[in-house]
Amino acid sequence: MEPVTVMTARAEREAAGRPVVDKRMTAEDATALIRDGDHVAIGGTLYSRTPMALVFALLRQRRRHLTVSRPLACYEIELFLATGALDRIVTSWVGIGLPWGLAPVFRHYVERGEARYDEWSHLAMGLRYKAGAMGVPFLPSLTMLGSDLAGTLGLQTVDCPYTGEQLAAVPALNPDVALIHAHRADMFGNVQVDGYRHMDADMAKAARTVIVSAERIVSPEEIAASPAQTMLPHFAVDAVVPAPHGSYPHECYGLYGPDFEHFTAYAAATKEQGPAGALRYVEKNVDGHAGFGGFIAAAGPERLAALAADAGELMGR
Amino acid sequence: MSDVTAEELMAVTASRLLADHKVVFAGVGMPLLASAVARHRQAPHLTIVLEGGIIGTTLLPGKLPISTNEMRAAYGAQMLTDITDVFLYAQRGFFDYGFLGAAQVDMYGNINTSVIGSMERPRVRLPGSGGANDIISLCNEVLIVTQHEPRRFVERVDFITSPGYLSGGDSRARAGLVGGRLGAVVTDLALLDFEPGSRRMRLRGLQAGVTVGQVREQTGFDLLVGDDISELVPPSADELAIYRELRDGPPLADGDGTADTKRAGAGDPVPAAPA
Repeated sequence: MEPVTVMTARAEREAAGRPVVDKRMTAEDATALIRDGDHVAIGGTLYSRTPMALVFALLRQRRRHLTVSRPLACYEIELFLATGALDRIVTSWVGIGLPWGLAPVFRHYVERGEARYDEWSHLAMGLRYKAGAMGVPFLPSLTMLGSDLAGTLGLQTVDCPYTGEQLAAVPALNPDVALIHAHRADMFGNVQVDGYRHMDADMAKAARTVIVSAERIVSPEEIAASPAQTMLPHFAVDAVVPAPHGSYPHECYGLYGPDFEHFTAYAAATKEQGPAGALRYVEKNVDGHAGFGGFIAAAGPERLAALAADAGELMGR
Repeated sequence: MSDVTAEELMAVTASRLLADHKVVFAGVGMPLLASAVARHRQAPHLTIVLEGGIIGTTLLPGKLPISTNEMRAAYGAQMLTDITDVFLYAQRGFFDYGFLGAAQVDMYGNINTSVIGSMERPRVRLPGSGGANDIISLCNEVLIVTQHEPRRFVERVDFITSPGYLSGGDSRARAGLVGGRLGAVVTDLALLDFEPGSRRMRLRGLQAGVTVGQVREQTGFDLLVGDDISELVPPSADELAIYRELRDGPPLADGDGTADTKRAGAGDPVPAAPA
């Protein structure tokens, strides 16, 4: 477990500038802020509101020795593994979802010891980001106690100084970079989402650098028209990337459903070919296009319309 | 009822354990389906909570979610919040039931969804806890539903991902776990609970036509057998109709029986689901 130095994280935040300026940039320029060896937290959960345009841009850069954390990790983890970018996964679950079974590329690397998987409970992941977001070194909790997860991770307990009750001391996590996908943002980085918020707000507040992609770039007036929808204020955001369909093939609440056919094709390829299947996926879908827009165009308007209709049905449209 | 699948039998049996005016934190798959059946039967005021930050979901028949973090899981919800917030409601004591599946469960109700073999040299690295560790640690009463097979019902799990009664007796309380009484385990063969004191798994009821010997045969440890073993009532036509409509969508208007046909999206569960 990495030592938590909350005062260092705070000092960096204190020193960082908070200019109210146009923060729009391309996914390529934004993800160029990420260095080899960085801890990158990926927003959303499993196949919901994953910042896929940013993930693809990062994959294209072939960084090395990254650590990636997420609430629940989907196959994007396997793409980082297969391209040699990833040393360590920090999450509570890795897979695609029930019907697709175990993830073969993940198994390949972790079972051989070629990548490390730090398995926390789901709440513990949330509390790690929350402690980081709160600027405290740990949060007490009643979860993870007694389990072998606690032993494997070296999770410590604390006794309450008031009542003497025993609690898990869940350590803060301050990622180097957080990647978040949102429904709307203005150019200054005021960010709005619809639907559930996953762990995104805490993850972003905890991080040193925050990159947000958005379905739509809107005016500050549109943000101010519904301020309760704002998840992050401009001073907590470093880069804003326009990214229509920026979660595809994953879902974006209210706008488009997940493309399960795409998942199934990926799962079949990796079941048959292992890591080579994941690498071919990256070569075709990431490297094979000049940018994320090319990948979206390749999906085709019919597919995108069908996924929008799926979301519409659930939203009563 | 010879056409009742093991999955249907388990979901219906488990659904009957959920009382009205309670709150259930359900994992995806059978726990969610069973909770939805209960809402259509004896528990119309049962509030279903899902780890994706979803409170009071109703589900659209035939559009069941594969993950408890996706849009379909939020259909008809009363509240959408963030993940951590949902779990903190559990820690506060709001959730009457935590409802889980299990890839591997032992005689003390400990669940393994992390690894087959050892962590150092895994034979199979499984997906992990997801929310299961938190649900079993923080909800008031925990229900487990899983198929009854020796490879699932083991004496000691390879790894305690989600703590049941740990090594029995008061070991769970001594670890600092203040909530999470383990209520029942529902399988396609039986209804089980945990003996007070030893906290070992105990047979309480048999699915129709199943013998104690058959249950023992499918259990990988020495199972305690309660004094008053009941025979469980088979799923009624109404319960099955509700279950199948939720899974498959509304019956077709011409009533040609195709409502039983499994449709896309209701995939077969594998042991390692995220809770």
